[in-house]
Amino acid sequence: MASASSSLLTKMPTPSNTTISFSASLSPALPLFHSQSHLRRHRRTGNALRVQSKIREIFMPALSSTMTEGKIVSWIKSEGDLLSKGESVVVVESDKADMDVETFYDGILAAIVVPEGESAPVGAPIGLLAETEDEIAEAKAKAASAGSSAPAPAAAAPDVSPSPPAASAPPPPRPADGPRKTVATPFAKKLAKQHKVDISKVAGTGPFGRVTPGDIEAAAGIVSTKPNVAAPAVAAQSAPIAAAATPKAASAPSTPALPGSTVVPFTTMQAAVSKNMLESLSVPSFRVGYPIMTDALDALYEKVKPKGVTMTALLAKAAAMALAQHPVVNASCKDGKSFTYNGNINIAVAVAINGGLITPVLQDADKLDLYLLSQKWKELVEKARAKQLQPNEYNSGTFTLSNLGMFGVDRFDAILPPGQGAIMAVGASKPTVVADKDGFFSVKNKMLVNVTADHRIVYGADLAAFLQTFSKIIENPESLTM
Amino acid sequence: MQASLSLSVSNPAAIPRSSHGFESSIPFPSKPVNLRFCGLRREALGFSSASSYPLSTSRSSRSIARSNKVSASLGGANGSSSAPKSFDYDLIIIGAGVGGHGAALHAVEKGLKTAIVEGDVVGGTCVNRGCVPSKALLAVSGRMRELQNEHHLKALGLQVSAAGYDRQGVADHANNLATKIRGNLTNSMKALGVDILTGFGAVLGPQKVKVGKDTVVTAKDIIIATGSVPFVPKGIEVDGKTVITSDHALKLEFVPDWIAIVGSGYIGLEFSDVYTALGSEVTFVEALDQLMPGFDPEIGKLAQRVLINPRKIDYHTGVFATKITPANNGKPVTIELIDAKTKEPKETLEVDAALIATGRAPFTNGLGLENINVATQRGFIPVDERMRVIDSNGDLVPHLFCIGDANGKMMLAHAASAQGISVVEQLTGRDHVLNHLSIPAACFTHPEISMVGLTEPQAREKAELEGFEVAVAKTSFKANTKALAENEGEGLAKLIYRPDNGEILGVHIFGLHAADLIHEASNAIALGTRIQDLKLAVHAHPTLSEVLDELFKSAKVNAHVGSSPVAEPVAV
Repeated sequence: MASASSSLLTKMPTPSNTTISFSASLSPALPLFHSQSHLRRHRRTGNALRVQSKIREIFMPALSSTMTEGKIVSWIKSEGDLLSKGESVVVVESDKADMDVETFYDGILAAIVVPEGESAPVGAPIGLLAETEDEIAEAKAKAASAGSSAPAPAAAAPDVSPSPPAASAPPPPRPADGPRKTVATPFAKKLAKQHKVDISKVAGTGPFGRVTPGDIEAAAGIVSTKPNVAAPAVAAQSAPIAAAATPKAASAPSTPALPGSTVVPFTTMQAAVSKNMLESLSVPSFRVGYPIMTDALDALYEKVKPKGVTMTALLAKAAAMALAQHPVVNASCKDGKSFTYNGNINIAVAVAINGGLITPVLQDADKLDLYLLSQKWKELVEKARAKQLQPNEYNSGTFTLSNLGMFGVDRFDAILPPGQGAIMAVGASKPTVVADKDGFFSVKNKMLVNVTADHRIVYGADLAAFLQTFSKIIENPESLTM
Repeated sequence: MQASLSLSVSNPAAIPRSSHGFESSIPFPSKPVNLRFCGLRREALGFSSASSYPLSTSRSSRSIARSNKVSASLGGANGSSSAPKSFDYDLIIIGAGVGGHGAALHAVEKGLKTAIVEGDVVGGTCVNRGCVPSKALLAVSGRMRELQNEHHLKALGLQVSAAGYDRQGVADHANNLATKIRGNLTNSMKALGVDILTGFGAVLGPQKVKVGKDTVVTAKDIIIATGSVPFVPKGIEVDGKTVITSDHALKLEFVPDWIAIVGSGYIGLEFSDVYTALGSEVTFVEALDQLMPGFDPEIGKLAQRVLINPRKIDYHTGVFATKITPANNGKPVTIELIDAKTKEPKETLEVDAALIATGRAPFTNGLGLENINVATQRGFIPVDERMRVIDSNGDLVPHLFCIGDANGKMMLAHAASAQGISVVEQLTGRDHVLNHLSIPAACFTHPEISMVGLTEPQAREKAELEGFEVAVAKTSFKANTKALAENEGEGLAKLIYRPDNGEILGVHIFGLHAADLIHEASNAIALGTRIQDLKLAVHAHPTLSEVLDELFKSAKVNAHVGSSPVAEPVAV
């Protein structure tokens, strides 16, 4: 896996610090695809003698954090050229700049999958690298089959949106009067691409039924940032108060600023937090608390701590295991009319960073073991500090964990983030005198957890049952290490 | 003129400074000539004997020294100064646009009795329907952009509440500016004694012009400066409301939610800047394979990253708009596209408005060109390098010149004016050939694009043909203090030059105030200044002009002869 992620290293013609940052952002995109290609290759060759053969795919690298697709400016090498490690093979244009992409392997450029002038999404194969000449034919066949199947998703779209021509690759001529034509404005198309919304599935509300940027934002579940959204709410609260300084300031009852106070506008991150918090007001939420004894967990923690396991990982793992048994707590209510059961259990963990708040996501936390989870967590925190988290690394959570125990907070309740069904607030574990059913007193470590949930989909009993399962896992934590 | 002088004196550093004094606007015709010769005498001793000659002699000696055109220019000098008046005017200019105006002012300065014929309004396209009102709109769009760019403002520590605009107010600003400039132009001509003849002008015969229905005036020389009109391809129905040309767009009668701009040249680009700043979404339709044809490819690419990709703009390239139907009966504007190569139908766009910016067509109909046996080529009047009109037999038509958009050499207002001045120079006894490669061009987007001379591919092609070496130097605005102070570090300046002799072949700038920065380069090209000399020139610090300073300093003249051209990538 690790070696696969560095199969391509790209060099930017800019100062070296940027190179570091982007090679870091490169790694998450590649391994998935690479492992797939390995599987495919083994299946296809199936020849014991040829197990040594290697056909590597050259991927569209992620050259910037905002890059979703890249355009091939030019192939420096042509098919059949010998490549040596570190040589520039292709020039890729991202949304920011043109960059040379190098190969990390020796070999022969067997096939060019994406020709010059065309675009490919980040992570898609753009060329094939054969190790020996014998494999060129095989690679070409592979490229041909990929060529016939790969563009299919792109070609499925043309009767729907006029955006493919934007990428200078003209789509096949549209059959006269296709089934249903969707007209989308340029910005709507941009937003759709950015938020991965299928325009053909969006009902246009604009003039002549066209899809507007607002329609896409609605489909993507984004509250428009335009001030007019906030305006009605403001009007209801403080209608008679005359012109406040800014529309934003107006949302708070506009008291005059006290002398000596300073106004510091939100950073982007703070603005995002503010927006999300306001959004939570539209969700009917409720809270259920639960005391949990953590003696066994603490003992386990002492044991695994030297192996790099963190408390966060333990709690995330426990929550994920409990969620696996209570899928409704892992669900979300997107439109107020239905449950959306999430296929993965992705635990978002709130972290305070540089005056902001971000929620790196431990994806598939129920499936990864404690050690991988801890390692993953470390990576995420480092990336978060360096502001290099990819969007899916902070917005793909299905359940959130917030822990203030390290400050000595014994209990608190959290605000439900948009798009999730529940959030767990974890307090400190403190030695507490407890009485058992026989009336014996003992001192145990007790921790209070408090879950806030969306009552449209998660009811009291659901939450209680989930908490019970969670407490059992914490109190008998052996299963966590399995 | 410039070329021949500098060759003969072989002191290119000294000559340009003096020999170009003639274009400066010193009010008395006799004085500049005198001054010029004094200057020349000081610096080039070879001419010292000329200083003792009386003025008239020195003039003719200049002619002799200059070239073999003695008789022609002597005739011109006599006609204008001493020959009995057999004509109503020395010079009649048909068309009072920027080209005609520039020619008229220079003609008066040179002592010619001048009339200018205008069938519409003084100022022509540039002042009334082009550069001038569009700059007013772009000034608005630039400010809107700044005020809407929260990120940018925040970086400067500014807080601004939501920016808005009043469409009529913006439109009025553009209109008022045009009116004001038109007034200035008219007054400047009147004050200098240029007769403004109102009515459509047509050439009746040699040295004879009809103005309006039945007035006939004669002139020793005639300049045609009738300019151009927006070019509308076949199949496009312009209704002036939803399908419009730049003429209508500049009135800003409405701001559509979504406008298609057909053509991504500088007119289309500037309007995309205006419309997106005012809240419209824009779709470009471009017949060529890439946007912004005509710009240096590297600059075009960078400009696309800044001016197109992050804005609410999409585009269709390699397509023709074969049919555009205005909005009607509750239906949107429809634009039928076909593939530019295969001619197969591609798709139909539905938008709120379409702006046709496919270039401009010469306005030469009804000029009476048949009377003098001149056939236009695609509407353009054929001329030689001295703007002398060529008839259908390929012969020069005596006393007839054509400048500006009507001859199609370089369709820019200031080029027309320069051509007009060049013609007047010839008429008053000084041969002059305008170097079009020294004429800068600018696109007033935010940030601006400007250029002079050749693009890199053009330069490389020329180098191939003529067997010299080409090198490229680049500097980024990111390294410029003033640009960073403005928080506008996005930009690139690019110099294309000959490393063997330091000649500038082209300069292209994309960045803050690029349009104002280009003139250092265009002047250098016009004066033949070499890079090695420019390197020693001093620029105030901190100013944007240091971008060019850096650019010239980074050029390697004669440094490593024989090595391949330097083409270092620049971070942008």
